[in-house]
Amino acid sequence: MTSGNSRGKVSGLVFNPWNLLLIVPFIVLLTPIYNMRSPEFIGMPFFYWFQFLIIPVGVLCTIIVFRMTRKVRVDDAPGEVADVDSLDEGSER
Amino acid sequence: MQWVELIEFVLLFAFVTVIGFVAARWQSGKTLEHLDEWGLGGRKFGSWVTWFLVGGDLYTAYTFVAVPALLFGAGATGFFALPYTIIAYPLVFLPVLRMWSVSRARGYVTPADFVRGRYGSSLLALLVAITGIVATMPYIALQLVGLEAVLRSMGFNGGGFFGHLPLLIAFIILALYTYQSGLRAPALIAFVKDILIYLVILVAIIYLPIKLGGWSEIFGAAEDKFDATPAPADGILLNSNNQLQYATLAFGSALALFLYPHSVTGVLASRGRDVLKRNMSALPAYSLLLGLLALLGFVAIAAGTKPITNNATGRPDGNTIIPELFNGQFPSWFAGIAFAAIGIGALVPAAIMSIAAANLWTRNVYKEYVRRDASHAQEAKQAKIASLVVKFGAVVFIVFIDPQYAIDLQLIGGVIILQTLPAVAIALYTRWLHRWALVAGWAVGLLWGMVMLYGIPNPATGRAHFGGSALALGKLNIFGWEPFAGSTVQIYVGFVALAGNLLVAIIVSLVIRRMNVSNGVDETTGEDYHVDEHTENLRPIAGEEPTRPAPVTSS
Repeated sequence: MTSGNSRGKVSGLVFNPWNLLLIVPFIVLLTPIYNMRSPEFIGMPFFYWFQFLIIPVGVLCTIIVFRMTRKVRVDDAPGEVADVDSLDEGSER
Repeated sequence: MQWVELIEFVLLFAFVTVIGFVAARWQSGKTLEHLDEWGLGGRKFGSWVTWFLVGGDLYTAYTFVAVPALLFGAGATGFFALPYTIIAYPLVFLPVLRMWSVSRARGYVTPADFVRGRYGSSLLALLVAITGIVATMPYIALQLVGLEAVLRSMGFNGGGFFGHLPLLIAFIILALYTYQSGLRAPALIAFVKDILIYLVILVAIIYLPIKLGGWSEIFGAAEDKFDATPAPADGILLNSNNQLQYATLAFGSALALFLYPHSVTGVLASRGRDVLKRNMSALPAYSLLLGLLALLGFVAIAAGTKPITNNATGRPDGNTIIPELFNGQFPSWFAGIAFAAIGIGALVPAAIMSIAAANLWTRNVYKEYVRRDASHAQEAKQAKIASLVVKFGAVVFIVFIDPQYAIDLQLIGGVIILQTLPAVAIALYTRWLHRWALVAGWAVGLLWGMVMLYGIPNPATGRAHFGGSALALGKLNIFGWEPFAGSTVQIYVGFVALAGNLLVAIIVSLVIRRMNVSNGVDETTGEDYHVDEHTENLRPIAGEEPTRPAPVTSS
């Protein structure tokens, strides 16, 4: 689904399979799997500490997606002029 | 009157006031007389500033007093705030980047600006703007509820107008430095607020369980309390009726979070896409804080804390639970720091919210309908004045009207802001939904949501209407058709209203597309949704030279 034009600019929808990792933290919406008392952890029912546990899971997923979908910056020829207002201002850099 | 607490509170409050006024000169551009500068801090906040700003914006004083109060009163159902903030960031990770890019490319300041550009419809933009303002106003008023809970715990528990005087003074000061410094003021103050809050919560969450005999004692005390009440819905676990409500409320709140104009303001003020991506991973640190804080509701049960009676309304005020817990369990010098943390925690979001509402007013009502040829300086002036009006509107609300109405309105606000999801969030990806279909869906979702909220009683407080956001599925009635008649399983009203909204939008789109009705002109291009801080030939910020702005912090 990735599309780009001759100048290397990205347009349209860009989809990367790594993005699917963002679905993982939604496990926390499935209440039946954790709505229980045991096993307890330092006196805290499973219901509570399980949800705390999903916080680092969510953090990990967003970090992986960030790292894996990072684009390498292209510093070559100037691209298209984004809008008419900037025509008379000269180009950046 | 509690003098130690009061003196600390006043000193810290004076400290952030100085910061608020000085902020105007912090990394300032050529002029503050432009919405990019006053309303978005120059669009150049780096990772750290964005983290404090958005964190200070989303985790408000009201959250800090109301979430533990919910756990104190009802148990596990109040804990929905944790899953809500866990899924919010993965959920918005991708759309927020598109929103930032298109706004940067086209110079949009508000979500309604985007809708206007995407659909060429000033009507749809106006509806989104008004929905945003209406949803934000009671939210600002609730920050006052949080601030007042602290003031009443410190001894300012008078009745009548004088009972509200300290609140009024605090808000006048806030209004003045927001007027002068714009978004830079809350961005800087957020540093102080969050450091204080982290300090207080970490100490409380380590010290109090040790003092009270450990977590098993605390959960045991909570369970004993809920077993003794006649209400069947409370308890330290969910029951079969409120699990769906728990999940849909968390999901619906997460969907709504970044539709609120003040969240969009925080996002658009950042420098680039990488700043936002980093923040989506770093902001859950606040979720951890919120979860721990929520548990203080149970700690308060174990400590035998009693809410104090609000002399202005004559009722016990559940929101004073956390201030009272700190009062009873900590030495006064530490309680003072805690109170200041909550109090300053009210100022940051109130400032950002009033700026966001002022931006909406200026860009989508004033410039669109009152003064089409307004210059950038006139826009900035208008927004500054609007921010004053918005804040005093909130004060009037609290002083002259029962704060309970602010809570009701905030409940409604969450449901109605969700109804802008198709026009704002879905439009980031596709224009398939027709602009008139979006108007129809918005109207249906809004009305239906209000009707459902009106019909929900709260037996615990004896209220017949607006008793909460949990709808029993058995009460669901679609023109006389009751699909789940007799069911006592509960669901979040906003979720149901949004489903109705989307259904109407899709059906009307299908019909209207056969009738050749104009879907407006889309001024955005595919590339706009991918621009980043280093993209060539970006629109200059605040009319400055098109050189790249210096980053605020290194990251």
